[in-house]
Amino acid sequence: MALNLNRIPMPAQDPEVRNKNFDEVATGYTAAMAVEEAERCLQCKNPLCVPACPVNINIPKFIHEIATGDVVAAGETLKDANTLPAVCGRVCPQESQCEGACILNKKGAPIAIGRLERYAADLQIMRGDFKTAVKPSTGKKVAVLGGGPAGLTCASELAQQGHDVTIFEALHVAGGVLMYGIPEFRLPKLVVETEINSIKEMGVDIRVNSIAGKINTVQELMEEQGYDAIFIGTGAGLPYFMNIPGENFNGVYSANEFLTRTNLMKAYDFPNNATPILVGEKVAVVGAGNVAMDAARTALRLGAKKSYIVYRRAMEQIPARLEELEHAIEEGVELMLLTSPTEIVGDADGNVIGMTCVKYELGEPDDSGRRRPVVIEGSEHMVDVDTVVMAIGQGPNPVLLETIDGLELNKWGNVVADDQGRTSLEGVFAGGDIVTGAATVILAMGAGKVAAKTMNEYLAD
Amino acid sequence: MYKIVEKQELAPTIKLMKILSPDVAKKVQAGQFIIIRTDNRGERIPLTVADFDREAGTITIIFQEVGYSTLQLGAMNVGDEVLDFVGPLGRPTDIENYGTVMLVGGGVGIAPVLPIAKALKEAGNHVVSVIGSRCDELLILEDEMREASSELYITTDDGSCSYGIKGFVTDKIKEILEDPHYDVKHIWAIGPVIMMKFCATLTKQYEIPTTVSMNPIMVDGTGMCGACRVSVGNETKFACVDGPEFDGHKIDWELAMRRMNIFKEKERIIAERYEKGGNQ
Ligand SMILES: Cc1cc2nc3c(=O)[nH]c(=O)nc-3n(C[C@H](O)[C@H](O)[C@H](O)COP(=O)(O)OP(=O)(O)OC[C@H]3O[C@@H](n4cnc5c(N)ncnc54)[C@H](O)[C@@H]3O)c2cc1C
Ligand SMILES: Cc1cc2nc3c(=O)[nH]c(=O)nc-3n(C[C@H](O)[C@H](O)[C@H](O)COP(=O)(O)OP(=O)(O)OC[C@H]3O[C@@H](n4cnc5c(N)ncnc54)[C@H](O)[C@@H]3O)c2cc1C
Ligand code: SF4
Ligand code: SF4
Ligand code: FES
Repeated sequence: MALNLNRIPMPAQDPEVRNKNFDEVATGYTAAMAVEEAERCLQCKNPLCVPACPVNINIPKFIHEIATGDVVAAGETLKDANTLPAVCGRVCPQESQCEGACILNKKGAPIAIGRLERYAADLQIMRGDFKTAVKPSTGKKVAVLGGGPAGLTCASELAQQGHDVTIFEALHVAGGVLMYGIPEFRLPKLVVETEINSIKEMGVDIRVNSIAGKINTVQELMEEQGYDAIFIGTGAGLPYFMNIPGENFNGVYSANEFLTRTNLMKAYDFPNNATPILVGEKVAVVGAGNVAMDAARTALRLGAKKSYIVYRRAMEQIPARLEELEHAIEEGVELMLLTSPTEIVGDADGNVIGMTCVKYELGEPDDSGRRRPVVIEGSEHMVDVDTVVMAIGQGPNPVLLETIDGLELNKWGNVVADDQGRTSLEGVFAGGDIVTGAATVILAMGAGKVAAKTMNEYLAD
Repeated sequence: MYKIVEKQELAPTIKLMKILSPDVAKKVQAGQFIIIRTDNRGERIPLTVADFDREAGTITIIFQEVGYSTLQLGAMNVGDEVLDFVGPLGRPTDIENYGTVMLVGGGVGIAPVLPIAKALKEAGNHVVSVIGSRCDELLILEDEMREASSELYITTDDGSCSYGIKGFVTDKIKEILEDPHYDVKHIWAIGPVIMMKFCATLTKQYEIPTTVSMNPIMVDGTGMCGACRVSVGNETKFACVDGPEFDGHKIDWELAMRRMNIFKEKERIIAERYEKGGNQ
């Protein structure tokens, strides 16, 4: 069969329409589009795509199932390896994972694995059938601390092995960043909720409003409440600020606050929902990762006239998913590259009225191999903004960790765990952003899955 | 879901509720707070734990109806359930035997002072309490505070409490600090920000360590959003996890007051809509 290099584009809402609503941007493949895209797959004998997926989905198999019209089987193939396929199909950085490794990437037209995954997973959600077999009870109890992608995956894997699993989640819903961080227009909350319900159906008990370390410590869980093993998946939820003057003026948010108010608390639908948010006319978002793109695009949807990404490095170094960057630019987000704030300026009432910035040029490469930005002398200038969102990264939240005696942490405060998820404490395992620092959904899920395997072996002894 | 098992009106617009939450009741200590959300469109609002009963599994909250969320909560009744209730949040008060301590509560701020007074008295301190309100009608927890204190003084701005002092809590604090009878080692002052500011400014002159409990706007209460930033000794702290109690002599009060007003306009919109019968 001749190579077909016509990657089927993803249909999306028009940028000028979508930058005013919170409906999903990419509307999804139709059946005909999915089959056409799936038929392009070469069904490699040694598929390069599979090892590049952190949860090793059998990619050629599910794609073949779509191509032959068996979407039910495709859904099951996905669920065999991935607890949250409808989420991953939407938010994985495919260009650096499965699709980046696809043999057709060399020709510039990798199979749209993520889009196909979303297609099959969405159909499964619509059918509502999640038949995940659960083994007979082992009588072992496991506590999973944190209900983000890492914790949910670990819980689902262990429940399938017949263990009695309880998730303790601090917020009023499980999902972690999927619920509070990533916006509705990129990941509808209904999709996340439905995938989480499939985990509940396996018998996992999800206790929301339960802050581990506050209502119970790891010691109490193990010694008094009879848990045989613990998984820590509390994520990287602690927002960093720049520590520059003016950062506490009214109108300066962390990206976490800005996005939590909007997504988790639905401030975009104020006053029907009671949590307010205030966004001015001109918004600067500092940083250029996925978090920054989400904040900048959210600002436009909340009514800002201007939304800027202010980033210290150059275009090629932007860490966000390619699709998010492209979508952001289409929607009208403007980039101020090689620029960084030195001070936020406020008026007498403490409201932001501007931001002093300096310009950078690229110097020698640093340890990470990226060319290091160097300040240009005399480049101070004022940027006219009334809202600033800091999206410069997050660290590990210490609330739980400071209550665990003897747990080894690294110098940034992350939990030290080996590549099997074992920590320095017997019976205590960890994975996801709490170990790696802020990373990706699928890496967190992969870590949850690996840890579950180790825990299963540990529980068998 | 968390059931309301008792409700009292302590003063016009000030209500007390006991809410069933055995997990929180088991662990909570004086100085900590909880976050409550009435329904699935509601806001997460922080309220201090005014009392707790570990056996009955209840937490007592006392709140003033100041806007939409507190009005909505105040309209709920015994038997109703709130959707979300999470805690215990924040760091507990450092309870030890200091000798003589002074506890100052203003308005609804008397509620958070009560459990601290109890714990300090239990730890063997001589507890001198000063509680104040605008007028007699708004004074809450007088009997409970009397029981929890070694000495109790009452102030009302308008002098309407006949056996109290006419004036502000600071007037009485100054009198006590000037009195050689007392050797006050530590002060806790909780109430409206402006009151805490004046208390801290006063006690600084006497160089007596003064702890205040900050009440900035919060969202999650777990250190995840940074909405609750306060500046303490020129360092930014998150009140929900580093506090809510801080050294009153080091707080940037101007900043704290400004940050309370961020959403004023929005708060007015939703409260007005509620009073007209929306959002119920
Ligand atoms: C705005 C934003 C956009 C992103 N976009 C993408 C993207 O497009 N693609 C991608 O792959 N990745 C993206 N990421 C990164 C990705 O979301 C994270 O890497 C991933 O969610 C990490 O999963 P986790 O389970 O380790 O932690 P989290 O998702 O952070 O979940 C941790 C959970 O633990 C809970 N918790 C914390 N402390 C406690 C405690 N003491 N007790 C109980 N529960 C606790 C938290 O409330 C939370 O629910 C984004 C991140 C953000 C913030
Ligand atoms: C740690 C802490 C403990 C508290 N304890 C008590 C208590 O025991 N009793 C009591 O009556 N009040 C207490 N408060 C204040 C209480 O949380 C607010 O009065 C309440 O959130 C107001 O909500 P509202 O919608 O009714 O009023 P709104 O009209 O929304 O606001 C009125 C004022 O309350 C403040 N406020 C608004 N939203 C929040 C929020 N999400 N978090 C904190 N403050 C907010 C603002 O300064 C605002 O101007 C406490 C606050 C904190 C941070
Ligand atoms: S889970 Fe992510 S990495 Fe794996 S196949 Fe799906 S999109 Fe690719
Ligand atoms: S590498 Fe590409 S072409 Fe080969 S099986 Fe994977 S998706 Fe299909
Ligand atoms: S309330 Fe969010 S960090 Fe304190």
